[in-house]
Amino acid sequence: MMNKLILGRYIPGDSLVHRMDPRAKLLASFYFIGIIFICNNFLSFGVMFAFTLFCIWLSQIKLSFFLKGVKPLLWLILFTVGLQILFTRGGHVYFEWGWISISQFGLVNGFFIFTRFVLIIFMSTLLTLTTPPLSLSDAIEYLLRPLEKVKFPAHEISLMLSIALRFVPTLMDETEKIMNAQRARGVDFGEGNLMDKMKAIVPLLIPLFVSSFNRAEELAIAMEARGYRGGEGRTKYRVLNWDKTDTLAMLSFVILTIVLVLVRN
Amino acid sequence: MKNPLIELNNISFQYYGQEHKALNDVSLTINKGEWVALIGHNGSGKSTLAKTINGLISPESGEIKVNGELLTEENIWDIRKMVGMVFQNPDNQFVGSTVEDDVAFGLENQGIPRDEMIVRVNNALERVRMSDFKIKEPARLSGGQKQRVAIAGVIALAPDVIILDEATSMLDPQGRQDVIETIRALKEETNLTVISITHDIDEAAYANRVLVMKQGEIIHEGTPEEIFSHGEALIGMGLDIPFPEKLKASLRKKGIDVPNEYLTREGMVEWLWTYGLRK
Repeated sequence: MMNKLILGRYIPGDSLVHRMDPRAKLLASFYFIGIIFICNNFLSFGVMFAFTLFCIWLSQIKLSFFLKGVKPLLWLILFTVGLQILFTRGGHVYFEWGWISISQFGLVNGFFIFTRFVLIIFMSTLLTLTTPPLSLSDAIEYLLRPLEKVKFPAHEISLMLSIALRFVPTLMDETEKIMNAQRARGVDFGEGNLMDKMKAIVPLLIPLFVSSFNRAEELAIAMEARGYRGGEGRTKYRVLNWDKTDTLAMLSFVILTIVLVLVRN
Repeated sequence: MKNPLIELNNISFQYYGQEHKALNDVSLTINKGEWVALIGHNGSGKSTLAKTINGLISPESGEIKVNGELLTEENIWDIRKMVGMVFQNPDNQFVGSTVEDDVAFGLENQGIPRDEMIVRVNNALERVRMSDFKIKEPARLSGGQKQRVAIAGVIALAPDVIILDEATSMLDPQGRQDVIETIRALKEETNLTVISITHDIDEAAYANRVLVMKQGEIIHEGTPEEIFSHGEALIGMGLDIPFPEKLKASLRKKGIDVPNEYLTREGMVEWLWTYGLRK
């Protein structure tokens, strides 16, 4: 069940994109999501599409991974596209029935929304496929650090994030163990109607909760025993290196923005 | 020459809501370079005792001295630098997201500059033979490997004392042996003081001194040989019976007159092959 999720997985590699500074990648991804709303005609979407494909080619990851990333969200996309098609009026009308009409503008809008969704998913998949979660949390900490001036707990948030990421596989294993243990005692997961299914989750959830509390306590004691007393006066083992490729990547986004502004209507 | 590193004087402690005291007027001195094993049943107060030494638990009465210094609110963090601790569950004490991050965690807390950190992390991993696993994530390591990383995290901090709080109890025999060997080699190199809380007979056998705890008190104290000669009573103390003792018990049942004092494996072999001659 969990293995199907492509978004949020990391595929080790040594491509140009892999080697980029996670801060650059994170900023670029957010920026990309922002500028995709500049696009408003076929040409500008074409430019964005070409750019995304180029980035994917640079990462040397197969396109099929990205298509798999879109799959779980396909229904959401189709639903939104459907609404757009049915409820946008204007231009040549192809079909009309009551308050529903399929018009030229509707189809075009639907197509744009579809492309927008797919491109955003492609880009965020590219980010998570090429960046280890750890570097991502480092990048987030770095980018949040200026907020410490307004008493924002950047260190605490990044520590929480990295501990959470580190415990994901451990807790997944445990979930599986508890599931199997409860199955061995006769619990049926995923059987019966909705109510039954929800009831079957309880013997999984409560032991998991309790063991998380135990883990949290033991981890806190272990951290304290190793001299942890908050973010102050700490040095860092991991460092992030911003080099020439990162600056170049940022420049390419500036150029992309200029091109988009020029080709939009 | 006696060189007391840790002194506990009349320590008492009671957990909230518990009927009995976890520690009842315990006094204890541990010398520099000593290996002390604490044994006893679950709930006998072993872990509580260990946690008082680096201030994770503050006792209700009594005083704790580490390296001649009285443990107080002010110097608690300095004392924690001297006392490293390895806990039972290898998963729940792995703070870092990779092996090297975890070893560096304690160093980061002390604000050690990065260049020195890299050297110390590498040395510590070398010591526990985990250098090849530097960038691995905890999910990809075995229990014994994780425990060795935990030890590396402690030795990178160069403490004077290492407390093993049932550090081998969740490991398979191979992992257990690896961890004990690592500690033993380390102790020989650096004159480390080791306090190990254990139910494992082999681990207790490495100690210079074995303390047996029961209901918050130390009821026996002696060399492993002295303690192991208790035979069947060992089970009551929370330890397994060593193999030579089991053999002796079986032989005694068959009516063979075996010596009462504790014999190691080699000692037992020695005794067995000369048994026929003595008759």
